[in-house]
Amino acid sequence: MKNFKKISALLLAAAMVSGMVTVVPAEEAEGTQVVAGLICLHDENSTYDLNFINCFKEACEARGLVEGETYYITTNIPEGQECYEEAMNMVDRGCNFVFADSFGHEDYMIEAAKEVPEVEFCHATGTKAHTEGIQNFQNSFAHIYEGRYLAGIAAGMKLNEMIEAGDITAEEAKIGYVGAYTYAEVISGYTSFFLGARSVCPSATMEVTFTGEWEDETLEKEAANRLIEDKCVLISQHADSMGAPTACEAAGVPDIAYNGSTMAAAPNTYIISSRINWVPYFNYVMDCIEAGEDIADDYTGTIETGSVELGELNEAVAAEGTAEAIAEAEEKLVNGELHVFDLSTFTVEGAAIESYQADVDTDAAFEKDTEVVADGYFHESEYRSAPYFDLMIDGITLLDTVF
Amino acid sequence: MNKVPLIHVTRRKDIFWVRAWLVRIIAVALALVVCGVITMMATGLNPIKVYAAMIDGAFGTSRRLWMLLQNIAILLCISIALAPAFRMRFWNLGGDGQALMGALGAAASMILIGDKVPNWLLILIMIVVSICAGALWAGIPAFFKARWNTNETLFTLMMNYVAVQLVAFFVIVWEVPKGAGKIGIINQNSNAGWFPQVGGQKYLLNVIIVSVLTILVFIYMNYTKQGYELSVVGESEPTARYVGIKVRRVIVRTMLLSGALCGVTGLLLVGGTDHTLTTTLVGGRGFTGVMVAWLAKFNPVFMVITSFLIVFLQRGATEITTTFGLNQSFGDIITGIILFFIIGCEFFLNYQIHFRKAHKEVA
Repeated sequence: MKNFKKISALLLAAAMVSGMVTVVPAEEAEGTQVVAGLICLHDENSTYDLNFINCFKEACEARGLVEGETYYITTNIPEGQECYEEAMNMVDRGCNFVFADSFGHEDYMIEAAKEVPEVEFCHATGTKAHTEGIQNFQNSFAHIYEGRYLAGIAAGMKLNEMIEAGDITAEEAKIGYVGAYTYAEVISGYTSFFLGARSVCPSATMEVTFTGEWEDETLEKEAANRLIEDKCVLISQHADSMGAPTACEAAGVPDIAYNGSTMAAAPNTYIISSRINWVPYFNYVMDCIEAGEDIADDYTGTIETGSVELGELNEAVAAEGTAEAIAEAEEKLVNGELHVFDLSTFTVEGAAIESYQADVDTDAAFEKDTEVVADGYFHESEYRSAPYFDLMIDGITLLDTVF
Repeated sequence: MNKVPLIHVTRRKDIFWVRAWLVRIIAVALALVVCGVITMMATGLNPIKVYAAMIDGAFGTSRRLWMLLQNIAILLCISIALAPAFRMRFWNLGGDGQALMGALGAAASMILIGDKVPNWLLILIMIVVSICAGALWAGIPAFFKARWNTNETLFTLMMNYVAVQLVAFFVIVWEVPKGAGKIGIINQNSNAGWFPQVGGQKYLLNVIIVSVLTILVFIYMNYTKQGYELSVVGESEPTARYVGIKVRRVIVRTMLLSGALCGVTGLLLVGGTDHTLTTTLVGGRGFTGVMVAWLAKFNPVFMVITSFLIVFLQRGATEITTTFGLNQSFGDIITGIILFFIIGCEFFLNYQIHFRKAHKEVA
């Protein structure tokens, strides 16, 4: 018995001593060595977080960083004080670049940034960096609405194929969409997707339902099933679990995914997906840190930077000619011939939009502060990276807006 | 023939405290060995390194130590809040909801009148509102129990869900920006209603407040008439009535105290550290607190040890998943095994197992 105590005491002591030794990254001659930390809201079971985790690993490993030594990933950090604590924990691990992936993490990253000015705190989808004036806090996002639009074209082509085959009439070309919150990022996403679909299938309509959670597999599955029962013939989603894709696979209804391909789980219904590729942004930030340069307050990735990407096209489900139609539209988007939110393509309550003040600078009163309509189109993600398109356009029915 | 069961369990007589602690230490050591074996089998990692990372995650830097203390303080606060009710054999499973209501009260004050009154007055209002909100949330089931003998376990449990829904409602009312479904940090730039920092340390004030409250609750439960009364009610209601204790009044009074202390927990979270309101703010600590209180046998001083143990395990588990790139569930498995051994050893300290002896069978 006594020996046992001694051994366990020794073990504990040994553990404590080795625990005190933290890895200190070596300064390299040519520049600052990057030590990077990623904070995720959920884990790899969420398509949204999985996309960040994969991109982060890819960017870090490409420059020789090692997980657990020079880069770290923490998952399941809620949108609360836990985020601040984990950000500071990353600092204690030696990180000089900390990235948080969820919208609700923003305020806590700001708190951390105020406390440790020598570390760069970057945050996806946030809105406050351009007004807070904190040198080491940055927002970033991408023109994902262009990716959504292109994915929407694939949806429209599929609807056309169904109409031509006589499966549905032109009037029955109804899309169902599972959204998370009635928030600008989601509204911008489903509207651009719908405009893409309608650009090739003029009779298309859409129904949207909201779950009130960024990730909840059961809710998303139920929402998709409800839409399918409501005679939606094609589904897409802005919610982060596999709920909608698996519901579609079970019901045999085609699905357009987000955040990454869901082909493996839904080989008979997955058509295409759009996602933000974060590798270019991670590279940009880490290059800046290595070179000791300032990082932009608000970074917006585009198709040209490689930030907006479409996932693999499932030829077995997609309509013929989809790849060509997408390529053509993509070229037009890049050279500026085509704008997703072209005012001639949509109306709000029957009238065309001529001018719109958006809430670009976040405040508690939701004050509309910036004119975002010019040259015949709505300038999305130009005055800040995070989307601010929140118009309810005709042709889309919101089944609920409670959240 | 006398039927002797194969196994039968009897209550142990008082066990010598040195021996009791020896058993506990062995239980922890055994748990560590089992965790080590499972770690090696499941991940191929060196278990000593895993334990080192756990300790590093909890104590590795001064900041981690402060976060550890802060988390202990919050868990301890909710545990000492529950202790008087449990000593009275009133199963208050509503700690989460009561703390959440306290948080709602504090957050409402900060949002609605944050820019209208001086800061000292605002903090005073927050204190009063959150204590009243917590007390109210505990007082309702207590009143029903005292008046109509309703089941307090179910009642307090249900009140949690009502509190969560209320908070969810107000989060949408006060959300920023529109449609986001979150409030974010309240008064982030004006800092109105934020508790002052003591000694330049974010968490020190919370730690001091909870330490003082722990001592006060210890004194209240062990050295005051009211504390004695609630123990008697817990032991036997008829006895309490026989000696002239007004049982109904004791139930309501104790629960008001319990709820008020839970309200303080919410207040400390909103005013002291987190400065926000979410439905997950309390994060199940109202239930973890039940375990903390039980393991410590409702003794506030032992609760310091048990809440330390649980918070240490939680923080250590997070650290190993990040350091070794494991799924978070692995940290939960380790925590689960260690808790299993600790709770198991408490069982063997309280009860003795007798096996049927073979030679008696012959007769």
